[in-house]
This record gives sequence, structure tokens and C-alpha cells, in this order.
Amino acid sequence: MTDITQAPAPAGGVRVNYARLFERVALIAVWFLLIAGFGAAMPNSFLNWGNFAILFASYAPAALLALAIIVPLTAGDYDLSVGATLTLSSCIIGVLNVWAGLPILLVIALALGAGVIVGLVNAFFIIYVRIPSLVVTLGTTSLMTGIVQWMTNSSTIGGIDNGLVMAVVGGRFLGVPYAFYYAIVAAILMSYVFDFTPLGRRLLFVGRGREVARLNGIAVDRVRVGALVTSGVLAAAAGVLYAGVLGSADPYSGLNFLLPAFAAAFLGATTILPGRFNPWGAVVAVYFLATGITGLTMLGIPLWVTNVFNGGALILAVTISQLTRGREASDIG
Amino acid sequence: MAGSTSPAARPAPPVLRLDGIAKTFGGARALKGVSFEVAPGEVHGLLGKNGSGKSTLVKILAGFHAPDPGGVMEFNGEAVTLPLKPGDFRRLGMSFVHQNLGLVPSLTVLENLRLSDLTAGRRGFINWSAERRAAREALARFDVAFDPDQRIDRLSAVDRALLAIVRAFEEIRVAREASGKPGLVLLDEPTPFLPREGVEKLFTLMRSIASHGSSVVFISHDIDEVMTITDRATVLRDGDVAGSLVTPEATHEQVVEMIVGRKLARTVPLRTAKVVERKPRMRLEGAASAKLKPSSVTIGEGEIVGLTGLIGSGYEELPYLAFGARPTTGGTLSLEGGAAMALASLNPRKAIELGLALLPGDRQGASGVDTLPIVDNMFLPDIERFFSRGFLNHRRMKREAWQLGETFEVRPNDPLLKLSALSGGNAQKVLVARWMNRKPRLLLLDEPTQGVDVGTRQQIFTALRAAAAQGMSVLCASSDAEQLADICDRVLVFARGAICEELVGAQISKDSIAEACYASLERASPANGTQP
Repeated sequence: MTDITQAPAPAGGVRVNYARLFERVALIAVWFLLIAGFGAAMPNSFLNWGNFAILFASYAPAALLALAIIVPLTAGDYDLSVGATLTLSSCIIGVLNVWAGLPILLVIALALGAGVIVGLVNAFFIIYVRIPSLVVTLGTTSLMTGIVQWMTNSSTIGGIDNGLVMAVVGGRFLGVPYAFYYAIVAAILMSYVFDFTPLGRRLLFVGRGREVARLNGIAVDRVRVGALVTSGVLAAAAGVLYAGVLGSADPYSGLNFLLPAFAAAFLGATTILPGRFNPWGAVVAVYFLATGITGLTMLGIPLWVTNVFNGGALILAVTISQLTRGREASDIG
Repeated sequence: MAGSTSPAARPAPPVLRLDGIAKTFGGARALKGVSFEVAPGEVHGLLGKNGSGKSTLVKILAGFHAPDPGGVMEFNGEAVTLPLKPGDFRRLGMSFVHQNLGLVPSLTVLENLRLSDLTAGRRGFINWSAERRAAREALARFDVAFDPDQRIDRLSAVDRALLAIVRAFEEIRVAREASGKPGLVLLDEPTPFLPREGVEKLFTLMRSIASHGSSVVFISHDIDEVMTITDRATVLRDGDVAGSLVTPEATHEQVVEMIVGRKLARTVPLRTAKVVERKPRMRLEGAASAKLKPSSVTIGEGEIVGLTGLIGSGYEELPYLAFGARPTTGGTLSLEGGAAMALASLNPRKAIELGLALLPGDRQGASGVDTLPIVDNMFLPDIERFFSRGFLNHRRMKREAWQLGETFEVRPNDPLLKLSALSGGNAQKVLVARWMNRKPRLLLLDEPTQGVDVGTRQQIFTALRAAAAQGMSVLCASSDAEQLADICDRVLVFARGAICEELVGAQISKDSIAEACYASLERASPANGTQP
């Protein structure tokens, strides 16, 4: 993905570290094995492009949410509030578009603006007041959940402008609804910033060594604020996508994305660029988990198995990753 | 005025007796066979400059290091099998107070006092009211009255030190009561950051412990303090016992001579040597912080200036203040004779833009990130240089990192390895390379060769000298007199937060620096002194 990963040093010979190479692609390999397994069990219903098309589109908001999380995680802060931000954003669309009748483009802009505000509020308490990010974002999660209930009278709002629905699931490319490609575009942009800009390096150093970053002239606080605002905006964008996929605003289901998205962020950090939160790893992890859940659901396995799968996959993957690295200390978390 | 108890001859055996304790690290002999005794009820000083073997000896007693075979240790007359296992010392009746005191700031006095007991899990539940009572009693026994529920971070520095000492003494109570014999508390440099009046309180506490029949070993750089409180003192020099003294009978000069190893040249201040005329590169005027009184320094073009002093003298503050990296209480900086700017308005980013560079002493915490690749660590401050047409040029970064690695002889020279894959010395070369490559006007260093092997040290020095010859100025804080003597054009010696001696050119040697550190202490001590 970056040429940092290829080519040996000019002086050294070609050395391929097979354990590392395996680690990079392990999750993808397991994903394909999973597909093959479900495919063998349900050759007609599971191995069907339509099935995958829906899977890719319906988990696009989750993918965007996982991408949102890894930005502040890379900078060393937890943002638990992304799930609530997603809900807030989709409900702003519902309330302002359906009930107040505002035009959809304006409403989308307002929803993304709300994401900016959430990010700034989080950043104020985390960076200016110096409260741990876990505490602050747990608080803002609850705060936003309450506001959403007040805003929507705790009811689902249907009938969102068809323009949004069409833009998200109305058209297909290679049989896959557009929603999926929005998430892919976000991943491309993010991997560009992470790997090919000085900003990405600064983000990484801020997360790994705040004092090192500070003494090397990096404006640590500004980078952290930027990361939290970015996660707010991306989470709000995930909310817009979610409203488009559903065609309605649901004040409750958004929070269900939070834990799988966090699981995907950490799971993703075991693949592609192991040891770092990375966008493509997060996307792969989201769809790996989604494939497992979809397959299990289609097999008629009860709902509780889904949660067991989510949690089990995360712990197992991180454990295997840690074991292949021997005694090396974990780089993240 | 010395210890209140008389070390009069008693039939009782010494609390601690060491005979022929030696320790070799690789080829280097840190201890060459140290022997000494601590009598019951005695306050015993342990003196010596950096590298004399004091800390090695403490680490052997604490069970961190195994001594070379052949040494003998007796505690209260009973032979102790060496090496000690970590933690064994407490069972014997010996405990330590290290410089950092080992208190948990966010917990209460009570919790800290009973920390080892409470966490040992010998009991099923904690009877807090009984614990509180026991803590009060322990504190009252030594006339130190704190609220047991006070948090440590609310205590003054002096009170923290007192608490740590009381705790150390309490920790060995079980052992003392079981054996009915005296215990031993080792205080390893507990005083350097304390105000003078606080030190007096510490001394009262030490005397109180000695009056209970136990012994105290007091390790300090501060000769005045050692002379005030101890009954006897042992001086280590280059891994040997240089001598031992009955302190009330010794003079300050005798002690310094014993530490430094030769007669002190008691002449007028050594400020006479001719200074090479240099164009001024940087002027610090009245730079001050919580640990440093207003100090002024001018560094010339291509000059290497060393900063040194004993622990707590504040010498290591200047590089950070000049870089805007630590809170300052005043002072200005001017470059090349230009306008003065307030240090308070400076920050690392601005300092870098001004052409300054800082290599902090804490390599892993403040200088480089171990979990990231060498190439990224090397080019952290000038990553922008590799950003063109919207993309970071990874290929060029790697190539330049490799070339820089060759220049600075980084081994192995693979820019994609994590920094943690390198030895301490090689990691330091990477970080030195980072800053030298930027050709700074002024390089600020703090302990640049700490934890670095001798070969690497030479390489780093050679690079510094070469760059200085081309006009780079260097300000280097270090506690290592030998290394300063190797590279510096001028050495400033600090005592009690102020510059108090300047060594120039030919005056600079390992011995003269060490000597100045001790002599300056005397000169800088307040006029009233501590001895009546």
C-alpha cells in the first residue's frame, strides 16, 4: 500500500519476513475461508452477488464509523461518542427534513455541522480541561442520546427526501449500491492522509509519544482537536449514510454500531499494516465481521451468536497477532 | 552537633558489615572490594562522586545486582548468603528510601504508609480504623503529624520525604520485633530537592530512628549535610573505599580531598584563563525556573559549553528553558546579538524555526518513539521536506535515512526497523543524526551519552566536535565530568540553582570539574550555614 512496506534497504539483501507477510494478509485469508465455509453450507443463497451487494451497502455506515474511530485512536484518544453522533446526525435529518420541511442538502450540511460541534465539545473537555477521553465521550454519548430522544419524541421518522435515498442506495455500480463506495472513498482519502502526508506522521507521533511530538515542534493540542473534529464529522457522515440506507431516522439503533465499529478498528490494526490503526484494515475487519454475522443469520442461528462472534473474533485475532509478534510489546492501546 | 547518640563501643556486633564486596560489569570493575561497618544506633554517611560505586553498592544490598563471588556480608553478626534476592533486605531488617521516594501521589498517607502490607494480601479484609490507628501511632512515634487521610500530592516535598522515611522504618518493624535486633534504613539522596529548613526536619527524624537503636545510612552529595548529621562516614572513590572518617573530627576540606582524591587547590576563583574570542551565538539573560535562579550564559559561535553540578543544582534546566520546553519564571534569549525575546513566549516549534535543536535526556519518553520506524524518527522535525506534489516521498526518505545512518554508523542500518530494534547507543545515534542533519545553530543536549556504550560515545563526540568546528554551538548538560572534560571549551558549574564556577580551556579536567562541584557547594551555601 505504501512503498514503506516494500523493498529492502539499499545495503541489505532481499529479506522477506514470512511471519510478517502472513500477518498482513491473515485476516483477509480468514475472511475468504469464512466465505468459502458459508458458501459450502449454502451454495445457492449465500454465494450470490446480490447477497454480497446488500451486505456491502448495509454495512457502509459501520465502515465509516470504524474509519471515524481510528483517527482519534491514532492520536491517542478514545472517541466513544461516534455511535451517538451517528444517531444524532440521522435524526437531525429526519426532524429537519421530514418534520420541518427543510431542503435535504441544507439538512445534510447541518447534520455534518453538528458533527463538527460534537468534535469541538469533546476536544474542549479532553484537551482544554484535561479530562480523560473515555470519560468525556461516554458523557457526550449519553447527552446526545437524550437530546435525540427529546428531538424525535422517541419515534422513528420515516419519509426522508427521496433524493438522499436515491443517492445512497438508488444507483448501483457493479451491482453494489453507491453507499459502499462512499465508505471506500473515505478510506482512500484517509489512507492518503495517513501514509502520504506529513499530517499523518504527526498524528502517529502525537499518539505514540506526546512529549516526543511536542519537543519536535508538533502542535500536539491542535492535532488532537483536529482528530476529534474529524471523527465527529465522519460519524455524522455515517449518520447521513444510515438515514439514506434506511430511508428513515431511527433514534435507537445507531448505538448498536458502536461496539462492532470499535471491534473492527482494533481488529483492523492486526492486518494490512499490523500494529497500526489503518483505514483498509478497519474496512476489511468491518466486512469480515459483517460476513460472519450475515452467514450465521442466514443459517438460522439465534441472534445471541452474533455478539459472541463479534467479541470472539476480536479477541482471537488480537491474540493471534500478539502471539506471532512474540514478546514484542503491543504498539497500540 | 553530630548525631545525638554516642557510637560508644558496645559488645553488640555491627548492624551491617561488608567485607570485600566487588562487582564487575563486563570488563569494568565498578566495585573493587568494598568493606565497611555500620554500628547500632549510628548515622553513617556514604560519600563519593558520580561513578564511585555508591549506586552499585546500594543495588547489591537491594538485591538488584549479584556481587562477584567472595564478598562477605553480615547483618547483626549473622552471615548473609550473597547474592541477596530482591526483597530479601526487608526480611533481614533493612529498608531503602530512594531519591524518588516511591510514594503514590494519588493515594493517601495511610494507604502509602501501609502499602506493602495492604497489597501483600496476607489478610482477607482491611480493618481501616485499626490501620488508621496504627498509622497515627507510627507517625506520632516520630513526632510527624500528618492527617492519615491526606493525599500525598497535597503534602509538601519535605513531608513526603519524612513520610517515606517513616514508612521505610515501619516496613522493617516486623523483622526488628521478631529478631529483637536493630534495623537499618538506607537513605539514597533524599535531600537534593528539599529546602534547607526541610532538611533539618529530616535530620531530626534520622536521629530519632537512631535513638531507637537502629542505624541509618545516609547517602548524599552534600558534604555539609553529611557532616551535620552523621557520626561516621565512608568515602568511595573509583570503586574502592577511599577512607572512613569520624565526621565530628573531620574538616570540610579533608572530606572533599578524600572524595576527589587529591589536595584541593584552594586558590581564588579560576576565572583568569584567556577566553578565545568568539562571536556570540546565543545569549540567555536571567533564565529562571522553579529549580533555577536567574542565570545568564553567552555561547559563542562554534563553542561547546558544558553544564554540570551535583544532583539538585539545577544545571539540567538550561537546555530545556532555552528551547521553550519547560515552564519558565523569567528570562530572555537572543540570537546572534539580535533582539531579546522572552523565554515564556518560546515553544519548541519556534525554537526549531530559530535554528535550535534539543536532544532530551529521557531518550524513550521525550526524544524518540520506540514503536515507530527509524526513518520516521529521524525525519520527524523536517517531514515537510519530503512532501512534494501532494505525496510524501517514502523512497527518498528511506534513501536519505540510510545515508544518514551510514554517516553516523547506525548498526544495523535499516531505516525501516523500529527504533526499539536498536541498542541504546545506536538509537541515540539516530536521534543525534536527526538534529545534526538539520545543521542547527545551537544544539542543546541533556545527558547525551547516558546509557550509551563507550564506542558510541566517542562517535557522538567526534560528530559534535566536527560540527562545532563548522560553527555549530553546543550547550551540553551532563553529570559526567569525564565526558565534559572531553568535549567542552568551557564548563559552567552549578550549585543550589545558580552558576557558581566557570572553567575555561586548560582548567578543564575530569578532576577539576568534580572538585569544582564540591567546592562550589561550600561557596554557594547560605552565610548562616548549618553548623553553629
